[in-house]
Amino acid sequence: MVFREKAKILDEEGIKRALLRITHEILEKNKVASELGIVGIRTRGAHLAQRIAKLIDEIERVIIPLGILDITLYRDDLTLLSTQPIVHKTEIDFDITGKKIILVDDVLFTGRTVRCALDALIDFGRPKIIQLAVLIDRGHRELPIRADYVGKNVPTSLKENINVKLKEVDGIDEVVIEEKIDAQLET
Amino acid sequence: MLNWKHKDLLGLEELSKEEIELILETADSFKEISLRPIKKVPTLRGKTVVLFFFEPSTRTRTSFELAAKRLSADTVSISATTSSIVKGETLKDTAKNIEAMKVDIIVMRHSSSGAPHLLAKAVEASVINAGDGCHEHPTQALLDMFTIKEKKGRISGLKVSIIGDIAHSRVARSNIWGLTKLGAEVTVCGPPTLIPQGIEKFPVKVTYDVEEAIRDADVLNILRIQLERQKSNLFPSLREYALNFGIDAEKLKFAKPEVLIMHPGPINRGVEISPEVADGPYSVILEQVTNGLAVRMAVLYLVSQGGK
Repeated sequence: MVFREKAKILDEEGIKRALLRITHEILEKNKVASELGIVGIRTRGAHLAQRIAKLIDEIERVIIPLGILDITLYRDDLTLLSTQPIVHKTEIDFDITGKKIILVDDVLFTGRTVRCALDALIDFGRPKIIQLAVLIDRGHRELPIRADYVGKNVPTSLKENINVKLKEVDGIDEVVIEEKIDAQLET
Repeated sequence: MLNWKHKDLLGLEELSKEEIELILETADSFKEISLRPIKKVPTLRGKTVVLFFFEPSTRTRTSFELAAKRLSADTVSISATTSSIVKGETLKDTAKNIEAMKVDIIVMRHSSSGAPHLLAKAVEASVINAGDGCHEHPTQALLDMFTIKEKKGRISGLKVSIIGDIAHSRVARSNIWGLTKLGAEVTVCGPPTLIPQGIEKFPVKVTYDVEEAIRDADVLNILRIQLERQKSNLFPSLREYALNFGIDAEKLKFAKPEVLIMHPGPINRGVEISPEVADGPYSVILEQVTNGLAVRMAVLYLVSQGGK
């Protein structure tokens, strides 16, 4: 599928501000930072989680445990996909039981990824609470799931795509909205 | 990374370097599951795995069964002695009947080389070779390679010596294919009667001198001497084999300082390996078993979609 860039929603500064605000909201809501744990969903959610953990350290001088979750094994569409996804590592090296877990992803869309992540997390223990932080909420939920912290709400159509680019993976920090190019125009 | 394209896993000879690497990397991701409080993921929920073992096995069968269960698949075990095979049903008929019960993956061990290949052609289910005659035992070689990679950080450029009964060993053949594809140098060593004819067609060095095999090796993979081979006069006695080819502390003095000692099990203590070596600081024999589970989970996952 080919997409054409339509508009830039966030630039480097915008992402930075959004993450800083999310971090402050997390700290305001949870008060005791030492009870927190943060888990990012591969790939870009993991990098965002790392950035938030760093901000918490800078603000509160508390290093909170950081985990990375690969949700492939929990997907509900494995048999429907045309190519089998590669399984990457899940790395949660701390006991999540009793912790307040902040789950982080880049884009909240249908909610299915978050459902996978919740199932996976619960196999690791029984957190006291799980809260969801996302950089972009683009709507179109297919499951009863909502985010506790949102960087930016972006109303989209289903023809559009949100592309979050992060320095760690893509060499640049920006969020763009793309439009599907009509298959007929392509040829 | 590339995708898995095969319905079955029958051997390593027919796989590419990239495909072997894909299995090893996928296995690396699965290893953590066995360390969780709840050692289970829902990936193969609703799939049925049949364990079809015509030869005795503890490690491989248990390992495959646990691997399937940790992926939430249902498992059924069939052994030759308790099945209708004893009533004279052919392999193909038994398999067709099992398939009629809608199973997804058949894991098979058989004393005849090529039996899983026959089965793979006959049924739509995926077939995983868990050892066929003297031919291949791909998951054992994969777990050996996984362990080497984990311990040494690489496979390419390493020197691996396989010592023992090469002629009757499917583990040796799978290891030779896998290791050489990934760039290791393989030497095989054993008494001439246990080195197969046609070994020159394999990309390996051959030596009958155990000291030479030990000297430069980064890894020693020591094979089990199948006790029944003694009856066929391939070597005079177990004692003589142990003296000449059994790896003990004395012979290990020739080895490199960080040599890895591997053995596919079950071990005959005091024959091909002495207890102080098997239980010694360089032995990774039990880690091989742990890694075997992760490798088999990866293989079950990869073949589960029939190479879509």
